[in-house]
Amino acid sequence: MEKFERLISTAIPLPTENVDTDQIIPARFLKATNKQGFGDNVFRDWRYHKDGSINTNFVLNNTMYNGSILVAGNNFGCGSSREHAAWALAGYGFKVIISSFFADIFKGNALNNGILPVQVSEDCLKTLLQLIKENPETQIDIDLQNQVLQIVGNVIVEKFEIDTYKKLCLLNGYDDIDYLLSNKDKIVAYEQEHQF
Amino acid sequence: MAKTLFDKVWDKHVVDTIKDGPQIVYIDKHLIHEVTSPQAFNELSERTIPIFRPQQIVATADHNTPTVDQHLPVKDTLSRNQLKQLTENCSRNNIELYGLGHEYNGIVHVIGPELGITQPGMTIVCGDSHTSTHGAFGTIAFGIGTSQVAQVFASQCLLMNKPKKLRVNVHGKLKKGVLPKDVILYIIAKLGTNSGTGYFCEYAGNVFEEMSMEGRMTVCNMSIEMGARGGMIAPDETTFEYVKGRKFAPKGADFDKKVAYWKTLKTDQDAVFDLEYSFDAADIEPMITYGTNPGMGIKISEAIPSLDDASFEKSLAYMNFQKGEKLLNKPINYVFIGSCTNSRIEDFRVAANYVKGKQKAPNVHAWLVPGSQQVAKQIKEEGLETIFIAAGFKLRQPGCSACLAMNDDKIPEGEYCVSTSNRNFEGRQGQGARTILASPLVAASTAVAGKIINVLEEPSTLELV
Repeated sequence: MEKFERLISTAIPLPTENVDTDQIIPARFLKATNKQGFGDNVFRDWRYHKDGSINTNFVLNNTMYNGSILVAGNNFGCGSSREHAAWALAGYGFKVIISSFFADIFKGNALNNGILPVQVSEDCLKTLLQLIKENPETQIDIDLQNQVLQIVGNVIVEKFEIDTYKKLCLLNGYDDIDYLLSNKDKIVAYEQEHQF
Repeated sequence: MAKTLFDKVWDKHVVDTIKDGPQIVYIDKHLIHEVTSPQAFNELSERTIPIFRPQQIVATADHNTPTVDQHLPVKDTLSRNQLKQLTENCSRNNIELYGLGHEYNGIVHVIGPELGITQPGMTIVCGDSHTSTHGAFGTIAFGIGTSQVAQVFASQCLLMNKPKKLRVNVHGKLKKGVLPKDVILYIIAKLGTNSGTGYFCEYAGNVFEEMSMEGRMTVCNMSIEMGARGGMIAPDETTFEYVKGRKFAPKGADFDKKVAYWKTLKTDQDAVFDLEYSFDAADIEPMITYGTNPGMGIKISEAIPSLDDASFEKSLAYMNFQKGEKLLNKPINYVFIGSCTNSRIEDFRVAANYVKGKQKAPNVHAWLVPGSQQVAKQIKEEGLETIFIAAGFKLRQPGCSACLAMNDDKIPEGEYCVSTSNRNFEGRQGQGARTILASPLVAASTAVAGKIINVLEEPSTLELV
């Protein structure tokens, strides 16, 4: 997995709440057997009309907004466990998702793919969305080591929480398989004790 | 210290605890299917890591399979390739596969219980969020991403932080015509789509104790729709009776020994939950959804609420509904009875009892999709198929079908579908399709009336259910 330490970027605002993984990547695109190419279809049915023409009202099609940070409404990533959603967001170029709340499985999937989910307060989310709307050039600085979100050139500073173990994994590019395999003897001992 | 049902099962499966970090949790059974497993198999093979415990994995093909002409080669190239990869991956790694056409094939959360693979006190995972279904047995069962599928392949374990504990109690007497699906849609409508995030839910109270195993599965299935990773119900005589005699269930003295242990799997009287809610069964009515997440549900006779909120308005615009509008008498052209929520024999019995002697409305396209080959067989044996055919319905072959519309079973753009499935997200049943979630009884009544009607006002309902 790619390491993540710090990112300074402009951001794309998506204030819609309860964005489910069916919106992030519709089921008809889940037929691939590798992880490549999902970025082309991220938010497919919001980005394009059914006839394939571009929906100019959708934020990803608004050239004013760019960057590898997505600032999204409450309860981002709910619904299906499809990790394809994380692959699609990563494939499109997102490295950080900021929201006031993340669905459980999505959050894990994001972390397992080097995408950092940054959970902030409702107020902070509102402020971020407002600042980006007013000035699409707004730069957000995400410092994982210190668990701090800052707006460049602004007084806003917000601490964010992350599981200590997951932070270590992201900073070093480790994944869970490495850790689990290094505990094989404990797992085998557990099995013997519980007679599976 | 007093423990909850969840604590008892979880604590027994902890292999080790990382300081300030997650726990290593042992997984008893790993269910896989064609859509969320190929990348995990690839990952292990690229890293030359063997599958650690193939005998604890069971595979089925369900998400991306046709529900007609299953004996013919699958037409869609990508789908055919995905199914082929599953077959090859399973055969290469000695994993039991119930592929298309196999007598045990079906939706992963239907076949696990019906084959006795699912048993109380286990930990079960699958790359599918509705794995929570198996919690009906007092099992810790939850959906995982593909990276985690690879982790379980490699180590039969997962790294997890122990979730918080939530209990939802429903006491009292359910009205006739109110089904388990209505109970869970009611709970989600009351609590909202993210109320359970970070929690594992226990359902308690006489309503769940009196429910059949299939009803309990319907309830636990939708735990994820309020954000909870899983839901569970304490195993009891109903559970033991259901498991007994099934293909992979323990037999003889082994079964008795297991039952003795399963009986200990109850929440201690003074155990503490982080969050608890209680509801009165008498307040529940047949439910329907009007929006684009399962929390947007109302009693069938109620009007859509009026909220001043951009996401709410976006949702109503997608559904082409108005604030304050009632859905009764809304014409409906599509009905889907199926999915891991409601495709078991009891669901088809309810539907068949209702449609018996009636006729499907001419405007309605009704898709009846059994959850498994076993359910399909039972539908025939019990004479339900004859009833459906006489009423103008046709049965399809088992699979996830129009629940997620990965195959050709797609609802056309702009059409409403009254569906017994679990998600009413935008485009879930096809691009531009509008899903209204409901029980099999409401779905059957919609198919006959060609519009949404209040089944509680139908005199025949009271006699039937």
